[in-house]
Amino acid sequence: MAAISSQTRLARWARLPSWGNWSLGTVATLYLVLILIIPLGALVQNGLQGGLGVWWQALTQSIVWHALWLTLWTAALASGINAVMGLLTAYVLVRYEFPGKALLNAVVDVPLAIPTLITGVMFLILLGPQAPLGKWLASVLHVQILFATPAIVLVLLFVTFPFVVRAVQPVLEALDREPEAAAATLGASGWTIFRRVTLPALALPLISGTLLSFARSIGEFGAVVLVSGNIPFQTQTAAVYVQGEIESADQLGASAISLLLLAVAFTLTLIVDGIQQRSRHVGGAA
Amino acid sequence: MTPATTSQTPAPGHPAATAVRSGRLRWVLIGAVFLYVGLLILLPFGALVVGALSVGIKGILFAFSDPNLQAAFALTLGVSVITVLVNGIFGLVAAWILARARFPGRNVVNALIDLPFALSPVVAGYLFILIFGRLGPLASIEDSLNISVVFAEPGVIIATVFVTLPLMIREMIPVIAALDREQEHAAATLGARGWQIFRLVTLPAIRWGLLYGIALTFARALGEFGAVLVVGNDIQGSTETAPLYIYRAINNNDFGSAFVVALTLGALSLALVTSVEWLRRRHTVRL
Repeated sequence: MAAISSQTRLARWARLPSWGNWSLGTVATLYLVLILIIPLGALVQNGLQGGLGVWWQALTQSIVWHALWLTLWTAALASGINAVMGLLTAYVLVRYEFPGKALLNAVVDVPLAIPTLITGVMFLILLGPQAPLGKWLASVLHVQILFATPAIVLVLLFVTFPFVVRAVQPVLEALDREPEAAAATLGASGWTIFRRVTLPALALPLISGTLLSFARSIGEFGAVVLVSGNIPFQTQTAAVYVQGEIESADQLGASAISLLLLAVAFTLTLIVDGIQQRSRHVGGAA
Repeated sequence: MTPATTSQTPAPGHPAATAVRSGRLRWVLIGAVFLYVGLLILLPFGALVVGALSVGIKGILFAFSDPNLQAAFALTLGVSVITVLVNGIFGLVAAWILARARFPGRNVVNALIDLPFALSPVVAGYLFILIFGRLGPLASIEDSLNISVVFAEPGVIIATVFVTLPLMIREMIPVIAALDREQEHAAATLGARGWQIFRLVTLPAIRWGLLYGIALTFARALGEFGAVLVVGNDIQGSTETAPLYIYRAINNNDFGSAFVVALTLGALSLALVTSVEWLRRRHTVRL
């Protein structure tokens, strides 16, 4: 008897429907609707107010088009570089023992804890015309980094560095070493083993980490606004352009690009979530 | 270091020459990673430390004596505390439901929750201008109640809550999913009620995850810039948070103060996240 009543009580506690869970569910739904869904809905409604034609027209103005293109290629370049360096960092952290490993592992997380505006301040100091490095770059190498596109890529590299490392690392740790050993027995070289055996097993987390970096780079503002110089047609990114439009109260322009950024962010998030769920299933089955 | 032995599974019959080469390669790879991380992350961080300390004790004291800075820090702390309370309580509830309930459209809800991670903070701030701004649907209600949200503190708070919303939920979903249901079952068998089970069994099991979620949310709220700039419009003495103070100082060529405040805020945020991470790791190991 006692067992049955405890079962019912547990069922009441753990499973819908029960009064407690219904009220928790209502609270959670209200919270998400008020803070996420209504504000996002407002942007969709506002952005599409004039119809798709007006939206497209606002996007294809040459100043907007240039900002979008700059945002796209800097984000792609930064996430591409961090895909390679993040994969390498995760590999080194999981497979090798060396002095300073714990420190390296801790430093990987630093960009996650540093506000992005402060990342911008860091690079401003490092590359500024008064700093030794900035002076050297300008006088010896004659390269303009600050207030030019290289600075945009640099801050994006800093901000997105942890994503691929932290996506790949746990999967690599859990990876079965048997196939690699078998390939080695069959005479495969180290690089062949990595390319044909290890890398395919890491493909899903590598892609999801890279897409996450890309999404973050597309929307990055605080670090970019300080170091890019924000010159229209040259170094002005989409997020910085939108901020200017909002400041000058141009709702049409601001809404059009904001809606595009929202659509891109949501699509990428859906893909990343899908990949993460799939790799969890694969990991669970193995 | 003998390069002939690697930590990799030794392959039988593998030529020793390959092992030597892969041993050398290993140090090249380790060196490349240290170089990359050193140049990309540690060097800029060091530049900030040097830049802030080079203004000297006098410069640092002068920076902190500015009443506008004190007001900015007070606002930042207040906004962060409110954000942690809102996202802590409601985020925990949402995580609880998402970890345990099955319902149609879960994938879309999951992606929506992660969206503030990927959405530009500028757009995040703009959302609340659309709703609460002068052209928004709530303008007349705000007028009749004589409150303003946009270009005022409530807007700063709502935007910060939006931007930090995923942190608590994402932190808590795996923690709640990994909970040992047997213990709850045992407590229920012994006659405990739902709230008692939560307080005496569930809460102690999730407290490190909870603390980490709070620390992440707080640190992120301390440093939020883009959304707050857009929705608050950087009004000194009203909506100017510490990051906005830094931005204003840089635009006014007051680099000394900007660097000092940037280092303070960065160090605060970093210390908060790393200390809680360290605490959690220690306790997880002990358990």
